Amino acid sequence: MDAAKRQEYWRRNLRLMAILLTIWALVSFGAGIIFVEPLNDLANFMGMPLGFWFAQQGSILTFLVLIAVYVWRMDKLDKEFGITEYEEGIHHS
Amino acid sequence: MSTVQIWTLVFVVLTFGFYIYIAYASRVKDTAGFYVASGGIPAPANGAAIAADWMSAASFISMAGIIALSNNGYAGSVYLMGWTGGYVLLAMLLAPYLRKFGKYTVPEFVGDRYNESARLIAVVCAIVVSFVYVAGQMSGVGVVFQRFLGVDQTLGVIIGMVIVFLYAVLGGMKGITWTQVAQYSVLIVAYLIPAVAISQKLTGIPLPQVGFGQIMSDLNGLQADFGLAEYTSPFTQMNMLNMILMTATLMFGTAGLPHVIVRFYTARSVRAARFSALWALFFIALLYTTAPAIGAFSKFNILNQIPGTTIGQEPEWFQSWQDVGLITVDDLNGNGVIDVDGGLGAGFELAINNDIVVLATPEIAGLPAPIVGLVAAGGLAAALSTASGLLLVISSAVANDVYYKRINPQATEARQLMVGRIAMGAAIVVAGYLGINPPGFVAQVVALAFGLGAASFFPILVLGIFWKKTTAVGAAAGMATGLLVTLAYQIWTLPIYGGSDGILGITATSFGAVGMLINFAVTIIVSQFTPKPTETMQRLVEEVRYPGRSELVAAHAEGAVDEELIHGSHDDHGRHH
Repeated sequence: MDAAKRQEYWRRNLRLMAILLTIWALVSFGAGIIFVEPLNDLANFMGMPLGFWFAQQGSILTFLVLIAVYVWRMDKLDKEFGITEYEEGIHHS
Repeated sequence: MSTVQIWTLVFVVLTFGFYIYIAYASRVKDTAGFYVASGGIPAPANGAAIAADWMSAASFISMAGIIALSNNGYAGSVYLMGWTGGYVLLAMLLAPYLRKFGKYTVPEFVGDRYNESARLIAVVCAIVVSFVYVAGQMSGVGVVFQRFLGVDQTLGVIIGMVIVFLYAVLGGMKGITWTQVAQYSVLIVAYLIPAVAISQKLTGIPLPQVGFGQIMSDLNGLQADFGLAEYTSPFTQMNMLNMILMTATLMFGTAGLPHVIVRFYTARSVRAARFSALWALFFIALLYTTAPAIGAFSKFNILNQIPGTTIGQEPEWFQSWQDVGLITVDDLNGNGVIDVDGGLGAGFELAINNDIVVLATPEIAGLPAPIVGLVAAGGLAAALSTASGLLLVISSAVANDVYYKRINPQATEARQLMVGRIAMGAAIVVAGYLGINPPGFVAQVVALAFGLGAASFFPILVLGIFWKKTTAVGAAAGMATGLLVTLAYQIWTLPIYGGSDGILGITATSFGAVGMLINFAVTIIVSQFTPKPTETMQRLVEEVRYPGRSELVAAHAEGAVDEELIHGSHDDHGRHH
């Protein structure tokens, strides 16, 4: 890869991370804690107040989806930039 | 021997035999196999091993009880969100890059990216955090043996030590990894079976994650009947500021714990490291979405069965836990009946130890004896798998980062391996001693270990990868300040040291996130005024950002790059190749 392509790869990696980490913060600190009271008053989901559901179930499920999206997008990005992986052992310094 | 004890014995002997067989089948001959399983573990297996490694006796035995009993439902969410949210950070900010760097341990990364003084601080942090943690696991093993097989606590710990010694010393990381895959299977089956059975029994829905909502309004009503705050209502125990800070501390702490990070070195490639993080969170989420359901079901059952019961007429499970002192009843008003009006715990008539909720769940729900035995085996699997992962961190810090890098860089492969095994053996003996005679502070410090991990490691790892101009002096200063400030605040606010209210009412367990911010600030500011990393180091950091083959990274991992080029001439003491 030349320098320009590398910059492009890194920029797209950072942008993906920024989007996913924003969702990460909104779901856990936002829905689970800061906005838990309005969400609890807003609706019931699966039999419990919505904010409480986010704090005990929804956030964990969202984290799982976030990592899945990250792994999938990075795989695509690697392919697009023609990066092939060597599955090799680790050397000792 | 009771039926429960016979079944427990059957499951314990079967699973322990299985672990040792696996360790024997995957025994290692070189240091790469001993420390990082030669980097040859497929992602799903590596994910299961990470899950078992990281979910300790605390996750398996205590968490549901903490959520239901010592915290009031909602407040327990800090553990659920904090301990799983850290994996998002690990997957995106650390795992792929640390794997590409290709070193054995966290101190090794720190020593390489920065310098030798930073490495030594990292060695000390890793050893302290790991020992504190492992002591808790060992005493957990003792509790399970004592309650389920009636053996002495000391003998229980010794049995646990012998088992860990056999498979960890023999198989190293490779043996540990495959054993942990087996231990994960045992612990998750043991956790899910009673949860599914209870959910089915109480709600008619076999999925605890769904069934758990069905009892929620009844549980809120029951709590109100006894004068307790609603189970789902927020901020009854912990205010919003502490909820946020404690969740953040557990998240960043998870991403800074040395025994979790080292696991990404066992992945086959950068791509496999990313997938490992996904598999790990998947396996962890199976238990972590079930735990709050078990907590709610147990509290519902306890509140339904116990209040108003005549003392001496309690259910059998209640009496057997009373016998070992984990449930205490104190008839304060002398009416001969258990009253829970106003609350549970010290100062009230009924106090239930958090640790029994999961272990007692099958008995509370009246499930058959084999399931009780299986849960005991699951608790042991959770404790032993985490203990072995931590012992590996300790032995690699001593044998690799201290012995090989500082004392005897000319050591042969065979000698390094022997030192690694001796360090592991010694660490097991110390851990066993701490498990038998737990120092009073252990229970407190386990929760604090995450704060220390967040405040010391996380910032310098992330900056080391994402900011090329982070300097060695900056990192050392940041790590030391973060650690010291956090430790000082924890000591200042802990009840056993006088228990000050602290600043803005921030509790000792929540302060790690603040310590982390201080670490970030100090590292960044000091880096502006200290000698920049060498050109080669800056190029190396840049190379680590792209997966795939890189001449420089490969040469560096093999130790073929000249020391002076990497660290500059003013910092070459004690490093040889």
